Amino acid sequence: MDKNISFTLKIWRQRGPKEQGAFETYHMEDIPGDTSFLEMLDILNEQLVEKGEEPVVFDHDCREGICGMCSLYINGHPHGPATGATTCQIYMRRFSDGDTITVEPWRSAGFPVIRDLMVDRSAYDKIMQAGGYVSVNTGAPQDANAILISKDIADEAMDAASCIGCGACVAACKNGSAMLFVSAKVSQLALLPQGKAEAARRAKAMLSKMDELGFGNCTNTRACEAECPKNVSISNIARLNREFIKAKLAD
Amino acid sequence: MWLINSSVGRKLVMSISGLFLVLFVTFHMAMNLVAVISEDGYDAVCEFLGANWYALAGTAVLALGFVVHIVYAFILTAQNRRARGNQDYAVSERPKGVEWASQNMLVLGLIVILFFLLHLVHFWGKMQLPEILGEYPEGGIDLIQQVFSSPLNLVLYLIWFVAIWFHLTHGFWSALQTLGWSNKVWFCRWKLIGNVWATVVLAGFAFSAVVFYVKYGLLG
Ligand code: SF4
Ligand code: FES
Repeated sequence: MDKNISFTLKIWRQRGPKEQGAFETYHMEDIPGDTSFLEMLDILNEQLVEKGEEPVVFDHDCREGICGMCSLYINGHPHGPATGATTCQIYMRRFSDGDTITVEPWRSAGFPVIRDLMVDRSAYDKIMQAGGYVSVNTGAPQDANAILISKDIADEAMDAASCIGCGACVAACKNGSAMLFVSAKVSQLALLPQGKAEAARRAKAMLSKMDELGFGNCTNTRACEAECPKNVSISNIARLNREFIKAKLAD
Repeated sequence: MWLINSSVGRKLVMSISGLFLVLFVTFHMAMNLVAVISEDGYDAVCEFLGANWYALAGTAVLALGFVVHIVYAFILTAQNRRARGNQDYAVSERPKGVEWASQNMLVLGLIVILFFLLHLVHFWGKMQLPEILGEYPEGGIDLIQQVFSSPLNLVLYLIWFVAIWFHLTHGFWSALQTLGWSNKVWFCRWKLIGNVWATVVLAGFAFSAVVFYVKYGLLG
């Protein structure tokens, strides 16, 4: 059995995109270690509602690390202190009695705060709409083994495809760059024969969308890959650079 | 123009100008070793280069490399600051695997430029510049003697070398990553090659500076 802990929460509260935000402090008593971080926030919100105060707004959905909705910057790390895990996958046993836990929203010009800890990540949808798909009608699915793909390539593509679009890479980046996300989305298709045909067009379209939306220039600090809950590698960024430069040289 | 309008294009310019400067720095270090080995040899090279058209053309290309690299550095940093937004995190920690140099390239670069200006005053301003102006240049070895006989200058130069070393250890693999010439395996290779290269080059500089100080400062 995990011990119960008591701790202080410093949470960013902001009523709207244009309002001035500030930190609020809350004391949490006797929270069992096997409470998940988001359950802990649920408990806080119940207490706030009971007291007649506004609950803390935060994004979440699947709560099992697959949807990419949860997005908290906890104690200086996107998705908290764990590596290879989303916010919804961390448990209070990671913290100690008496800790102060600071919870902030993703902070980046590309992801403006909507309210409290919730940010607007629709920029990622726009980047996807710019070319993150295969635009042919495939008809009925063909036999799975008709197109052979080597294990190495399949693995690389699967690793890139594990990106859940959470935005932690942008949140971690001192340049507010979305390169890890864009490169994962470009790579997952560029590596496979079905996506290769449009690889050049896709790299150009998604990258210009990213630039247009005001994300920064990647300077290879590697903060993104260190904080990515899916351990997406910056080798994907090298691939995106390669695809993009090749496409531009070919033009 | 995609070299100005796209983020990868801008980074490509940084990468290529940076690699060019790495080559220059390497060549420069070799020259210093010549001065350590033979004073006459060094003076001969200085005289040979002087302010001939090829030396001037070389200097112009080099200056262009510096200017492009520096101007782009400021543009990229300004854009990145804007992309980051003006609200800072209250608590932030450098994650494991992130080198300090990688997040402070501009600061390191500024330190490098400051000392670089000092270096121009020490040498270029007394060698090629007077020659361009039609005056008589001072000899290479004489200048080395003047500058490195002072322990203060030795310390300043050594600080400069440390800053360049940090700048290069990140810059080298980063340039190749930007060129797209990297993957999980090559990343480790480039990083190793970059670290070794930077260490050899900067150790060469430091070695020659110390030798000059001992020769012209302590014993001279
Ligand atoms: S690359 Fe990683 S950090 Fe970035 S959006 Fe995808 S899963 Fe999140
Ligand atoms: S809530 Fe779905 S990944 Fe965390």
